Amino acid sequence: MPKDNTQTDGGIGASTLRREDIRFLTGEGMYTDDIQLQGQTHAVFARSDVANGVIKSIDTSVAAAMPGVLAVFTGADFAEVGGNPAGWLINSRDGEPMKEPKRPVLAHGKVRHVGDAYAAVIAETRAQAMDAVAAIEADIQELPAVINMADAVKGGSLVHDEIETNVCFDWGWIEDNRAATDAAIKAAPHVTTLELVNNRLVPNAMEPRASTADYNKGTGEYTLYTTSQNPHLTRLLISAFVLGIPENKLRVIAPDVGGGFGSKIYHYGEEALVLAASKKLKRPVRWTASRSESFLTDAHGRDHVTKIELACEKDGTFIAFRTETMANVGAYLSNFSTVTPTFLHGTLMAGNYTVPNVYVNVKAVFTNTAPVDAYRGAGRPEATYSIERVIDMTARELGMDPVELRRMNFVKPDQYPYASAAGLEYDSGNYDRQMDKLEAMIDRDGFEARRIESAKNGKLRGLGLNAYIEACGIAPSNLVGILGARVGLYDAATVRVNATGSLAVMVGAHSHGQGHETAFPQIVADMLGIDPESIEIVHGDTAKIPFGMGTYGSRSLAVCGSAMVRATEKIIVKAKKIAAHMLEASDADIELVDGQFTVAGTDKSVSFGEVALKAYIPHQYPIEDIEPGLEETAFYDPANFTYPSGAYACEVEVDPETGKVTIEKFAAADDFGNIINPMIVTGQVHGGIGQGIGQALIEQTSYDSDGQLLSASYMDYAMPRADDMPFYQVNHDDGTPCTHNPLGVKGCGEAGAIGSPPTVVNAVIDALQRGGKNITHIDMPLTPSRVWDAMNAKGV
Amino acid sequence: MAQVSMTVNGKAVSGDVEGRTLLSEFLRIDLNLTGTHIGCDTSQCGACVVHVNGEAVKACTMFAAEADGADVGTIEGQANEDGTLNVIQQAFQDHHGLQCGFCTPGMVMSTASLLKENPKPSVQEIRTYLDGNICRCTGYHNIVKAIMAASGQDVSAIAAE
Repeated sequence: MPKDNTQTDGGIGASTLRREDIRFLTGEGMYTDDIQLQGQTHAVFARSDVANGVIKSIDTSVAAAMPGVLAVFTGADFAEVGGNPAGWLINSRDGEPMKEPKRPVLAHGKVRHVGDAYAAVIAETRAQAMDAVAAIEADIQELPAVINMADAVKGGSLVHDEIETNVCFDWGWIEDNRAATDAAIKAAPHVTTLELVNNRLVPNAMEPRASTADYNKGTGEYTLYTTSQNPHLTRLLISAFVLGIPENKLRVIAPDVGGGFGSKIYHYGEEALVLAASKKLKRPVRWTASRSESFLTDAHGRDHVTKIELACEKDGTFIAFRTETMANVGAYLSNFSTVTPTFLHGTLMAGNYTVPNVYVNVKAVFTNTAPVDAYRGAGRPEATYSIERVIDMTARELGMDPVELRRMNFVKPDQYPYASAAGLEYDSGNYDRQMDKLEAMIDRDGFEARRIESAKNGKLRGLGLNAYIEACGIAPSNLVGILGARVGLYDAATVRVNATGSLAVMVGAHSHGQGHETAFPQIVADMLGIDPESIEIVHGDTAKIPFGMGTYGSRSLAVCGSAMVRATEKIIVKAKKIAAHMLEASDADIELVDGQFTVAGTDKSVSFGEVALKAYIPHQYPIEDIEPGLEETAFYDPANFTYPSGAYACEVEVDPETGKVTIEKFAAADDFGNIINPMIVTGQVHGGIGQGIGQALIEQTSYDSDGQLLSASYMDYAMPRADDMPFYQVNHDDGTPCTHNPLGVKGCGEAGAIGSPPTVVNAVIDALQRGGKNITHIDMPLTPSRVWDAMNAKGV
Repeated sequence: MAQVSMTVNGKAVSGDVEGRTLLSEFLRIDLNLTGTHIGCDTSQCGACVVHVNGEAVKACTMFAAEADGADVGTIEGQANEDGTLNVIQQAFQDHHGLQCGFCTPGMVMSTASLLKENPKPSVQEIRTYLDGNICRCTGYHNIVKAIMAASGQDVSAIAAE
């Protein structure tokens, strides 16, 4: 059904400018903190300043008596309600279920990381609430904190006393392949071993988290305005697990949301607190995080310590990948924290390659740090980084060209569907074609001349190239259920044709930068042959939209877009029946072309608008055969993941005097299958690459040994600025369509952040090697000091 | 409490503020001009950039009382008189220079100041000038491109999609 990428009529393939931009560019966006409610009150949280401690007592009497204070809550107020659950049950290698300590609304008994909230004040103004929080007398006995994963697994200080260990689970994938992989590696002619750290990152959506609750005492209904990527999931978690508010009495609205990158998937305790407080006070209660609170309490990303081995023949044919990883989950299990280092990581450990043996061991470790969860890419960046770094190292050891080594092991286009050794079935791809395109984009042939030019200026120039594959739109529900998911992973859309022929499309996906309001109508418009401007996308309000799972894991188009296609197909079926009646023909003879229903082979036709009007004003209408109205809903549960893939290249200069890395060129050749709006897709890739370069070169989340977050502001955490970033060359033409969804689309939201970190590091190592430095690895971020230290270490 | 009066987007406004009330709070809460966004608490992110007497200022770094008598411009006052996007806003839309939209008001306000000081900035001058405006969505590529275009410069050579 999709047309080629060059269509410019506003349908599929057109780079339609974004309609949502008008309100964002004129200050008319409506983000959670912009919503002011009559009679609103303000919540401010008291947060632990120690990483591990026993709460001996909390005296709130002074705070409670301060001007404007309406209520004070502590953990004791929530001791009887439920905890915020992990969304995925992981079993250890021995079959034991993971350890799952309770995550309360407010810390009770113990605080477990700096920033852990143990009390909250509600007051007439935010300033009054802040003053009162400062007057809370908390006697918290500090205990030794466990920050480093290697220390945590040895025991000693425990994050959760009741589970008697700091290891959440010890997972093997695929456990039945363990012995064969071990044997293959033992017998292999060549084995490369790389130990690396995938650095911890703070997602840093520019809009801080915010939640406002409004309890209506007349109806008993709660409305929660909150910064969420998935309002129905948030409602489900609050209703079914935490507060027990019936779903029919809880409306969750995620209005304009200023970026998420994963961090706004999850339910957080602040949402439950403002709901409970609003009920108690019978007034709206609002809370907005300061940026400092965001650093301390938003779920962080990555934080793996990994040993990877690649075994191969002397000619470079891959024999096995074996990985041992420790994954930090922080102090509590955030909702997707257990699936991220396991199924979203381990299943990708065959990469783009026909390697016969893969085994992955992941130990998830509790520490006295902020929870760690899915952040843009979520497990796949960790997999890609490990694989694509160790391949470069292997190429160097074997004296082979790193691109040729990859090409000889690529899954080939005639091998699809391809069952990878890590348990996935790749449906489509063409990795050589992406690599061909990439080598041209980066002008690989001209590299040597550019390197010589750099050398004349005293700079070391290097080139890194690698492939990636990832898995988006996690599904199907039946399979993920077997693997431990506690949710389904379908999505839903309702297409409502209005009487006058315009449309409202209510979708379960949530747009917080992705441009759904522009791209989604392009699809429906194409199918119906009508103007996209007549179609409105409705999202982010549980009272308006069908139950969908929201936006994360690059799923919106592949999953929710497919539901939209299915619902629109139902619309067409019914509309043809109505048209057939109007035209006194059989519905089998009706064709829909360019918005006109025509009796095949005749000039008899009615327009889409006339059919819509007839559906809602059903005079002279076959009411016994066809219901009035024109509105259809579809739920879509994918048969498989989608598998975006591609090849990335980065060219750097390293200043040997300072260790500073400058990115001179960056190119990305992606395969996203069919493309709906190329402009938006390009923008998604840009953003992902920006975050990937940030991870590779500058971003680092640092805790000291006491568990104090040293990088807790934009003065201390290196957020990429415009001056840190290059222009990017991006190309996603000639994709191989996904074979199992109706649009043939794959996910594009995370690719940039997945493919790019190894590219940058490979380029820097290449520059150093070409510059005569025997350096095989530097852990990210490759800051000037780390590069300089590596260059000036003994023996280099 | 003290009374402050100022001109905001050409209109005379006044209000009672505490000494600690920030200009950003006065704009957002008292005047309901919520296009000025708060993205940090250390004056780094630039989502709150407004114009005070023609200069770009981070509204979170100035007390409302300090703006008494000032001429203040916010994102809500940037569009053309007929409501259409101004040249900078239009360039941001044309070149997809925004995604989630949260940093966007500050980017537009900073761009206006940049182009007033330097009508034809180079790419490097743009990147350097944006040191105080953080965007997490775009990787800056399309923001820089939009600013080049807004200043009337040819952007066809900038790596295309």
